[in-house]
Amino acid sequence: MDVFKLILLVILVICALAVSLTRNLLSSIIVYMAYSLVMSVIWMLLESPDLAITEAAVGAGVTTILFFITLKKIHAIKGESTDEQAQ
Amino acid sequence: MSKRNRDWGNTLQGRFLRSMRFGCEPLDSLLVQRLDASRDESAVRALEAEDTLRELQQNERVAMARDKQVDFAQDVLEWSQSKGRKVIGRLYALLSIVICVTVIVLLMETVMNMPAFGSPAAPANNEVAARYIEKGMEETGAVNIVAGMILDYRAFDTLGESTVLYIAACAVLILLRIDRQKDGTPTQELIAEEADDRAFEPENDRILQGSAKVLTPIVLLLGIYVILNGHLSPGGGFSGGAIVGAGLILYLNAFGFARASRFFTYKTFTTVSLFSLSFYALAKTYSFYCGANGIPSGIPLGTPGAILSSGLILPLNICVGMVVACTMYVFFCLFRKGGL
Repeated sequence: MDVFKLILLVILVICALAVSLTRNLLSSIIVYMAYSLVMSVIWMLLESPDLAITEAAVGAGVTTILFFITLKKIHAIKGESTDEQAQ
Repeated sequence: MSKRNRDWGNTLQGRFLRSMRFGCEPLDSLLVQRLDASRDESAVRALEAEDTLRELQQNERVAMARDKQVDFAQDVLEWSQSKGRKVIGRLYALLSIVICVTVIVLLMETVMNMPAFGSPAAPANNEVAARYIEKGMEETGAVNIVAGMILDYRAFDTLGESTVLYIAACAVLILLRIDRQKDGTPTQELIAEEADDRAFEPENDRILQGSAKVLTPIVLLLGIYVILNGHLSPGGGFSGGAIVGAGLILYLNAFGFARASRFFTYKTFTTVSLFSLSFYALAKTYSFYCGANGIPSGIPLGTPGAILSSGLILPLNICVGMVVACTMYVFFCLFRKGGL
């Protein structure tokens, strides 16, 4: 179990660094979602299932969706049509 | 004027309208009394002439007052553009420094009076935790100690958290809501937002709709289960509410605003939030009052482990869950197109 915990913690650190280092906003949000998911598994292992449920629902679910919509609003997500025009 | 009869002249509306028009209430009611006493045609005509004269004088006075006001406004404008800018800037700087220093001093004072961090003598490190673990189930009736803590021992914190969430929802509502016009027709801005929203939305996506049909009931049931079993198993109002909100958002994404607005409108949001928050505040006020004065609250705790147990925790969990679910859903709607 210790090995599993270590792997999760390493992934957590990598995700946290990747969120701030990624140039593309969309990928950084997806990495942030992965961070929340890993975090919720870690909460589970730390025997606080309350926090695990909340982290999975709010961190990985609702917050990510709100970020997506905000990106869509500020036209940061490039749609397929603009890609076709660029080609 | 010709329609003025005895009843109308004495109704609240009639008096209000007249006082709006002429602005002198006591004299007016006297006039009405005289009028009512002798309903004479000539008297009415004389009164009407008097009324028009008074109206003219009133208009003159209003015009003079308006001129004076305009002059004053211009003076203020000139002052604020020349000398006033410096004065106001200095006042703002001074006030911000004063407020900052006050807050810093208050916070430092609080921190200085707290027990040292991690010191074993602090009550938070020895008595409180032991008390929660040993007597938690007995005192609150909740098998899930966390629920007993956040909704019973520390319910005041939770009330503040719910209020913060509600205030956040209100702030988002103020910032992002796009109003309709007064007659209910959508404004240009709203139409543009909806067109922009539809450009990204998949129209009747088969995969999304199929999976939403299967998943939405399960997600909603899980959320309701987590809320209702908050005092028995891990979870509680906030987590369950977030799950229910996520299920509603999934439904909305799959089937569109038209179908979702059949069961969820602004009215639902305001009703549910108002009811839940006021129930929470009233229930906790009652139990705080009883607890502080040593009066038995009279709420049965039930047998620990049963679904109907632990006194107020179950209804409070339901309230928090409903507020959180509604807030999540409204956040999503407002972020997407500025309305429900």
